[in-house]
Amino acid sequence: MARVVVDVMPKPEILDPQGQAVAGALPRLGFHGVTEVRQGKHFELEVDDSVDDETLAKIAEGLLANPVIEDWTIRRIEA
Amino acid sequence: MSPRIGVITFPGTLDDVDAARAVGYADAEPVALWHADADLKGVDAVIVPGGFSYGDYLRCGAIARFAPVMSSVVEAAGKGMPVLGICNGFQILCEAGLLPGALVRNEKLHFVCRDQWLRVENNTTAWSTRYDAGAEVLIPLKSGEGGYMADQATLDRLGGDGRVVFRYVGGNPNGSRNDIAGICSENGRVVGLMPHPEHAIDALTGPSDDGLGVFYSALDALVPSA
Repeated sequence: MARVVVDVMPKPEILDPQGQAVAGALPRLGFHGVTEVRQGKHFELEVDDSVDDETLAKIAEGLLANPVIEDWTIRRIEA
Repeated sequence: MSPRIGVITFPGTLDDVDAARAVGYADAEPVALWHADADLKGVDAVIVPGGFSYGDYLRCGAIARFAPVMSSVVEAAGKGMPVLGICNGFQILCEAGLLPGALVRNEKLHFVCRDQWLRVENNTTAWSTRYDAGAEVLIPLKSGEGGYMADQATLDRLGGDGRVVFRYVGGNPNGSRNDIAGICSENGRVVGLMPHPEHAIDALTGPSDDGLGVFYSALDALVPSA
């Protein structure tokens, strides 16, 4: 078994209004100096050793992310 | 015999009843289709209606795309069956790869619910022949993730090939690239749009009856004129 982390982020050229809203809220709370916030998704998958990297890439590209608007990265965290 | 137009219901669909009502207004027979049933019941066209299929989990339309009925819809669309995606249905058709691009959170984050003017940019698709080219129509828009996004090459191709079917006029409500409200497939048989023509079929219950043309157009696509 291994834990696999998939992070999905909006592509740089795609407007991220949620990230902008977070960035806009920070100064109102008294936090200054944060110039940009991008908001994405973080998935944690528990996978058997039989699941290879190629399969994980298919999972990320085919379901977890929409490649039209999102980039994804995969990290294996050994148990 | 009047054409039979299927209307899909997913868990979380809201506008299947209004879509079926609109089909009936256009003198076609609405046929209820169920997400878990791959059987299209021999319909001549399919409407994927609005709502929040599967609670919009993961992304709007991302789970609905894998419903058994969608495999049949994708296959039928490949053979030229007219398919209309409204709002969440548009999102589903994009996720399913029947239409290019994706719908993202509205630019200002607000859920937009208002009567919206649209311009008919292409009146040759299976779902828009009853309109005059350039006609302006008033149709309700109600969506939180209605911003149409695609890469520049795709936008150029859609624009150049006349595949933008409806465009917002009088201000862009959600940050859609190029003011795009609706697009079509290469062959013009599959159309997706964010506004809701099924809510504009009767002045008693909507801002206009401008949406009826969408459903009448499908009849023209199904019944070749003598």
